[in-house]
Amino acid sequence: MTVDQAAPAGAAPPRAERPVAPRTPVSPTAGPRTGPELVPVVPVSAGHRSAPRWLRRAVVPVFLLALWQVLSASGALESDILASPGSIARTAWTLVSDGTLPSAMFVSLQRVAVGLVIGVLAGVLLALASGLSRLGEDLVDPVVQMLRSVPWVGVIPLFIIWLGIGEAPKIALISLGVAFHLYLNVYAGIRGVDAQLVEAGTSLGLGRWGLIRHVVLPGALPGALTGLRYSLATAWLALVFGEQVNADDGLGFLMNQAREFFRTDVIVVCLVVYAALGLLADFIVRTLERLLLQWRPTFTGR
Amino acid sequence: MATDVHRPVTETVTGPAPEAARVLDGAAVRVRGLGRAFGGRAVIDGLRLDVAPGEFVALLGRSGCGKSTLLRVLAGLDREVEGQVLVPRRKAVAFQAPRLMPWKRVWRNVLLGLPGRPERGLAERALAEVGLGHRADAWPKTLSGGEAQRASLARALVREPDLLLLDEPFGALDALTRIKAQKLVAELWQERGCAVLLVTHDVDEALLLADRALVMENGVIAYENEIDLPRPRDIADPRFADLRAQLLDRLGVEGVHSAVGQ
Ligand SMILES: Nc1ncnc2c1ncn2[C@@H]1O[C@H](COP(=O)(O)OP(=O)(O)OP(=O)(O)O)[C@@H](O)[C@H]1O
Ligand SMILES: [Mg+2]
Repeated sequence: MTVDQAAPAGAAPPRAERPVAPRTPVSPTAGPRTGPELVPVVPVSAGHRSAPRWLRRAVVPVFLLALWQVLSASGALESDILASPGSIARTAWTLVSDGTLPSAMFVSLQRVAVGLVIGVLAGVLLALASGLSRLGEDLVDPVVQMLRSVPWVGVIPLFIIWLGIGEAPKIALISLGVAFHLYLNVYAGIRGVDAQLVEAGTSLGLGRWGLIRHVVLPGALPGALTGLRYSLATAWLALVFGEQVNADDGLGFLMNQAREFFRTDVIVVCLVVYAALGLLADFIVRTLERLLLQWRPTFTGR
Repeated sequence: MATDVHRPVTETVTGPAPEAARVLDGAAVRVRGLGRAFGGRAVIDGLRLDVAPGEFVALLGRSGCGKSTLLRVLAGLDREVEGQVLVPRRKAVAFQAPRLMPWKRVWRNVLLGLPGRPERGLAERALAEVGLGHRADAWPKTLSGGEAQRASLARALVREPDLLLLDEPFGALDALTRIKAQKLVAELWQERGCAVLLVTHDVDEALLLADRALVMENGVIAYENEIDLPRPRDIADPRFADLRAQLLDRLGVEGVHSAVGQ
């Protein structure tokens, strides 16, 4: 209780004669009132009239490309170290027109596709088993978690011993990487489904299968698609590793061959192809997300 | 025992279903000696509750006293209980959060869990009843808070329940929207004639809507008050203020409100 302020008429506070500092710095009667300084809030559209964003973003890459070309042309960068952009473009054209690159790409894509299908099936099935039932979790999860700590690239020698040097070890390697990623994400997605929604589903009369179908699986879909994106990236990585070890066709074979002849131009072309295919895969997943996850509040893909 | 309107939610559902099910004369809910403990701490302890068919009951009580727990028991969502609980087979819940499935459009949310292959028209009629007919095709994320809550109400009503359980359904709404939603519930209840158990923190809401207000305390219904005011009710009615003061007093709210009544 502050006596100073709520002092009744009779009980004057002892320090009443001391001038009390004004609570409000500007008294309304103290002359004409000057408002605060005003600054405009600039609408975004009326903002800087500079170059469009994509142009600004392209400046540095184009500059680096030009620098690279200049360095190559002046002889500072020898083609044994790194071929010039121009010669890489020419090589790319030859590789495409004589059919080498398309057929190599076809072989590699086939490996990825087969590995991906097997890996996706295995990963999703295992995740469903351990995500949807306690028994499945106890049986599957410990094993997967244990194997997860083994670097999957490290099993290449074992795969070669077991499966020979044909297609099988490469596909197995891809499947392995894909399955792990998908398993982890789908499993986490299933277990991350909002318990309140599950309860709401129960109160609406959904049975076990209805809950799985209408609540759990749709709820796990965002996680599953994230897993798919990671596993596609992993699939490319597994492809590169697998084809480096031994291959008599495919992109990796093309690169290995180029290495022996110091054809840095061919190597760069292959790297560009890997990157382009990776981007394509990412685009496919993004499209899937746009179609399947329209309902998501956080969705910003449009 | 002709029709199995009532079904126990207790763990003692071991007996043959037709025997367990029964019609009680004049009861939509019958609870005897209900107990529920979390980790050894009894939240509900020897609770007794009767709700008549078509009766609107408001359940008040301090935060954490076990109102939601009781509601979840009645909804059949919590079965780790002791005692006897009889509730209608057809019951529906609307939670404090709308809990719509975000991956289903509004009309599919309304139909979710209904037996058979219900038509879209059914959902549209239910949505029209709560004034959401034009939003049937929307994703839940595009609904406002009040709209989502009404959609959730439509989803409960489309089940044509004999018992409607509402857990602070208007708690998150702004004052204006809440008044509209309360009106809506009052209308729908009068049309449908189902029993309603409304959990609320809002004494005025209880007094506006309910036939009877219950106050939960120490795991039991410690206090109840018939609200025999004529409908539609008026907050300005002096008897309203009186009842409000009694309830607030009972809820342990000291100060202006209880002072008004005394
Ligand atoms: N799953 C649970 N595990 C442990 N304790 C719980 C659980 N659910 C509820 N409780 C406890 O039971 C008590 C009653 O909870 P309940 O949700 O029923 O309260 P309430 O009356 O609905 O409160 P409010 O008005 O704040 O919603 C609380 O003390 C809460 O901490
Ligand atoms: Mg509650």
